[in-house]
Amino acid sequence: MEQAVNKTLDIEKIRKDFPILQTEVHGNPLVYLDNAATTQKPQVVLDALNEYYSATNANIHRGIHYLAEKATAQYEETRKAVQSFLNAERPEEIIFTRGTTEAINLVANTFGRQNVGAGDEVIISTMEHHSNIVPWQMLCEEKGATLKVIPITDKGEIIFEEYEALLSEKTKLVAVNYASNTLGTINPVKQIIEKAHAVGAKVLIDGAQATSHLTVDVQALDCDFYTLSAHKMYGPTGVGALYGKYELLDSMPPYQGGGEMIAEVSFEKTTYNVPPFKFEAGTPNIGGVVAFKAAIDYIQAIGRPTIAAYEQQLLDYATPKFAELEGLRLIGQAENKVSVLSFVFDDVHHQDLGIMLDTRGIAIRTGHHCTQPLMDRLDIPGTNRASFAIYNTEEEIDKTVEAIKGTLKMFR
Amino acid sequence: MTINAIQDEIIEEFELFDNWTDKYAYIVEIGKKLPDLAEEHKTEENIIKGCQSKVWMTARMEGDQAVFDADSDAIIVKGLISLLLRVLSNQTPEEIAKTDLYFMEKIGLAQHLSMTRSNGLAAMVKQIKLYAVAFQAMNA
Repeated sequence: MEQAVNKTLDIEKIRKDFPILQTEVHGNPLVYLDNAATTQKPQVVLDALNEYYSATNANIHRGIHYLAEKATAQYEETRKAVQSFLNAERPEEIIFTRGTTEAINLVANTFGRQNVGAGDEVIISTMEHHSNIVPWQMLCEEKGATLKVIPITDKGEIIFEEYEALLSEKTKLVAVNYASNTLGTINPVKQIIEKAHAVGAKVLIDGAQATSHLTVDVQALDCDFYTLSAHKMYGPTGVGALYGKYELLDSMPPYQGGGEMIAEVSFEKTTYNVPPFKFEAGTPNIGGVVAFKAAIDYIQAIGRPTIAAYEQQLLDYATPKFAELEGLRLIGQAENKVSVLSFVFDDVHHQDLGIMLDTRGIAIRTGHHCTQPLMDRLDIPGTNRASFAIYNTEEEIDKTVEAIKGTLKMFR
Repeated sequence: MTINAIQDEIIEEFELFDNWTDKYAYIVEIGKKLPDLAEEHKTEENIIKGCQSKVWMTARMEGDQAVFDADSDAIIVKGLISLLLRVLSNQTPEEIAKTDLYFMEKIGLAQHLSMTRSNGLAAMVKQIKLYAVAFQAMNA
């Protein structure tokens, strides 16, 4: 695999695709290791955005003029691209949202309100992002349902037997991430889904951290809902998607009311459009959605197995190098991980380290990463997190390790 | 010394540094030197929550001056606290309440520290001013 990677990947060429990687921060070449928060954008995505607003801009699905049809066609092309990217059965199963957060809120407010009642249970895991905790808390509070949480091991893996023990006929939904933004853990979602289905529960997979790293096949997984954010996949911010099985989407009530989502409106009664339009009220981020296709094409051109193998190579290179730093504790040591490296020094605050790396042009993430319950479970206030993408290099990892060494000296 | 004289003094001191690493090295040094707040004062009541780090602060009157002690779990923040205390502690509540803090901006720290980082400090300045107003009211 590694040989194949080296043969097909020209990282220097890839780096040239990203204008921001040619810039300097505080007088140093940018080392961008905050990819789990958002990835940088290749020129093809920037060009697609520019091209859309320069030559296509019109509102979609309504106009009969040339530009409206061109914009609609491009918008719907992205829907097909996402369908194919996730291997969904039909394009109508892809709903555009502002991102994963909105996709999860959509499911909580439609499927959730319709199917979760008093005494019912929703299951999440300890390593969820706040966006996959709070919407379910709000729903459970409103309905008198209970939120159950799957415990994890100290290494950062779901305790599967404990998960099985939580499942019952009261379980209406299981919502877990495919990969943890804080720990990098890749969760055994296929098995999680199978067990949930066995008790008649539906499953939502938060794919925000997985979709740019792993090959995702929603039909093989058999998940009921899958969410993603374009900006973590080299695409624009403010664009995401919800996948849902068609018959489920069809049976769900609408999310927001407005234009686009209706069939007929009178002051007495409104009938609703069919999926996906039923869930896409108002004018969406058309330019962003159109440019998202360029990001998907970019990933496809390199190939997801190639990306996964290269990122694994970076993680395997970085992990022992970081582990050698005096006093470093790795947070998240799961067997299967995406390219996320979280670590703490018990005697140096993550904020101090983050600020000093920033003065050298190195961008890492510090803090609780919107996973406060996970921080409580691990009994730490926060972590330092380096997360790698296709354009990062071993040289950047070396540079970061050296910069950390220098910083530690300063604080100790 | 007046509050503004101390602010000007700090601005002058920082003019000696020509890069950020040196500025931060200095801030870290004075952060390390600032005495820790006794554990019994690190209570929920005295905490000022920032996004990433915690700040604890106590206040009292000594004669006609307000005296503040503060601490943080992060050293750079502690260094910045040290600067703030140098400017605002041991001054009369009247002076503190009406002061215009400009040294952070002048030494370039306000723009260099992002909002999330400076939040805790901004909250601390606000808290010091609230104490000053409260002390004034108590004396009135």
